[in-house]
Amino acid sequence: MTRALLLTGGRVIDPSRDLDQVADVLIQDDKIAAVGHGLSAPTDADVRSVAGKIVAPGLVDLHVHLREPGNEDEETVASGARAAAAGGFTAICAMPNTDPVTDNQAAVGFIVRQSGRAALARVYPIGAVSLGQKGERLAEFGEMVAAGAVAVSDDGKPVASSHLMRTALEYSRTFGIPVADHCEDPALAAGGVMHEGLVATRLGLKGIPAAAEEIMVARDCLLAELTGGHVHLCHMSTRGSVAIIREAKERGIRVTAEVTPHHLTLTDYACEGYDTHAKMNPPLREAADVAALRGALKEGVIDCIASDHAPHAYDEKEAAFDDAPFGVVGLETAFAVAHTELVCGGGVLSLPELIRRMSTEPARVFRLPGGTLAVGAPADVVVLDVAAHWTVDSAAFYSKCRNTPFAGRGLTGRAVLTVVAGAIVHDLERAVAP
Amino acid sequence: MTLGKDLTGLEHMPPEQIRLILDTAEPFKEVSERPIKKVPALRGKTIVNLFFEASTRTRISFEFAEKRLSADTVNVASAGSSVSKGETLVDTARNLEAMRIDMVVIRHPSSGAAEFLGNRIASNVINAGDGQHEHPTQALLDLLTIRDKHGKIEGLKVCIVGDVLHSRVARSNLWGLTKLGAEVAVCGPRTLMPRGIEDLGVTVFGRIEEAIEWADVLNVLRLQLERMEKGFIPSVREYYRVFGVTQERLEHSPRPITIMHPGPMNRGVEIDSRVADGPHSIILDQVTNGVAVRMAVLYLLAGGRAELADAAKRGGAPGGSE
Repeated sequence: MTRALLLTGGRVIDPSRDLDQVADVLIQDDKIAAVGHGLSAPTDADVRSVAGKIVAPGLVDLHVHLREPGNEDEETVASGARAAAAGGFTAICAMPNTDPVTDNQAAVGFIVRQSGRAALARVYPIGAVSLGQKGERLAEFGEMVAAGAVAVSDDGKPVASSHLMRTALEYSRTFGIPVADHCEDPALAAGGVMHEGLVATRLGLKGIPAAAEEIMVARDCLLAELTGGHVHLCHMSTRGSVAIIREAKERGIRVTAEVTPHHLTLTDYACEGYDTHAKMNPPLREAADVAALRGALKEGVIDCIASDHAPHAYDEKEAAFDDAPFGVVGLETAFAVAHTELVCGGGVLSLPELIRRMSTEPARVFRLPGGTLAVGAPADVVVLDVAAHWTVDSAAFYSKCRNTPFAGRGLTGRAVLTVVAGAIVHDLERAVAP
Repeated sequence: MTLGKDLTGLEHMPPEQIRLILDTAEPFKEVSERPIKKVPALRGKTIVNLFFEASTRTRISFEFAEKRLSADTVNVASAGSSVSKGETLVDTARNLEAMRIDMVVIRHPSSGAAEFLGNRIASNVINAGDGQHEHPTQALLDLLTIRDKHGKIEGLKVCIVGDVLHSRVARSNLWGLTKLGAEVAVCGPRTLMPRGIEDLGVTVFGRIEEAIEWADVLNVLRLQLERMEKGFIPSVREYYRVFGVTQERLEHSPRPITIMHPGPMNRGVEIDSRVADGPHSIILDQVTNGVAVRMAVLYLLAGGRAELADAAKRGGAPGGSE
């Protein structure tokens, strides 16, 4: 049994109950025991003043790539969960494009066990849609869910076959899980390495048109309508996708969507100089896309922010643009980038709205515990210092990889204390996990 | 004025530097006309020609330029070298540099490879073509040849015809020509036009007849036959019928049109032999000028000063120390 923890005098923001007030939060027996004024601590409780800080439900990330099993030199469940804790996340969902692919109950159970051993942020496995992510035969959703999978996805690749996507959406209904799709028409995107537009033309790099994403977004919405299944659209990047999702939601289709901090803040101009840290899939798009994504997040057309944390070794990114892999790490910068650009800078979201989009909403989308400070809920809590100014030093990341487009950026806001099931898993001031 | 360490492209090169290279090439032209085609300007300099992609014309042109400046040169082709054993680009270059070289001329199938290399080694790097990005020495020799023919570049109307989408020659020409005041257009099937090309200040002609009506100069690009396999055009036959630069089409031109081609040509695919070999063709002049332009680039990057190029030609080294 972990020691009781009393956080006193913080500004408590709980979007699940529209709560925003200065209060104490008492955590006892892995649960939120009380939220209120002048709470008294049990004997030998750890009492911490968090005056001037924000106390919120722990952040939830629906989309991360941990490289275990297969590429443990790049990330493990433990190192990813440590990076998550440092970024204020109390729960993350691990995509199945591991080696071998997480496409069966044993593989899913392995992730669950590794998560339990690490005892840091909770790591929920996402199972593959198809065996080996080959896009041919359905994986065993039922057994994977029984072993702990919270969703299915072939992310990294699209579900290219419309028939397979249809059956996945139908079959997933039995288990109440979403099918998360990486929306990309493979033939249109083939060989592309960045957004198709003026910058790609100038750099002589093969582009990926916005339509490559939008075609699949439209298809997935239509298939969700056909089947009644829940489709979750990963890392949306274009204004056209936003328009399609908006219409689909108006029609009552069961569609949810996520957007990454980098797609909310960077454009294809970041690829200038052939910077491979700006190479990701989907690619960074145009300013008008960034504006549409921000508006969609504000309105709830896009439900939540997800990092798409994708670690790659130094040598892989230290290559010609064509040869470098897609992807950037994001767990340790996601909140700060979003807070700096959307709350402090852009005036796009209020702080409670940002916390809703990074905690309450993602938990709701994947039906995960968390995202709330309601009494009796699991004690997954983050304390944020939204006044802290810091500079991104990728060498100091807990992640095993450094491939961030935000290195050297000055940011505002960061997690100072992360609590999972009542236990402190990140304490910035003490700089070590207990 | 100097060129800086590397020549990776023309997009970010100021117009005065482009003029400097063209002016420096002038005195070097004569070296190739001598019985003994050699000056000691780069004596003692070591240059590596690092070719990760097949090339005949460009590699030989660089090699002649280097040899006529008395540099010591080594050719490395990707096949049969350590590159084919999985060595990375950076490691290859660093190993060469560890042998104390002065310059690398690189051709590579990836856009940005020359810049990537230039940012990681101390030697001068010259881009001899990187993916679909730039081929600056080709554009410089095109500019020099146009200037020779017309006496100027400013105000001329130059249309680049063909597969602009996949062409590094087109991109470098576009930058060089617009910086020196030419009007630039492109013409070809829409499937072979890059997105956003209009936003670079370029006119786009969908029909070759319109381009011929408009242009003073046509720079006809090679149509790679693999474009057909990838579905960009239905057939070579139809391409020639719709976009071929033919004698019959040119006869409708209000004025004589200068004809250029970066080579290698597909006769009867993008260009009619009668046009390629006709009186207004400057295709072989381009090849001749290629050596002089590359001598100028090598000389300037090695630290030579333009005003001394004449002296260098007569026997001085860069900086005029001899």
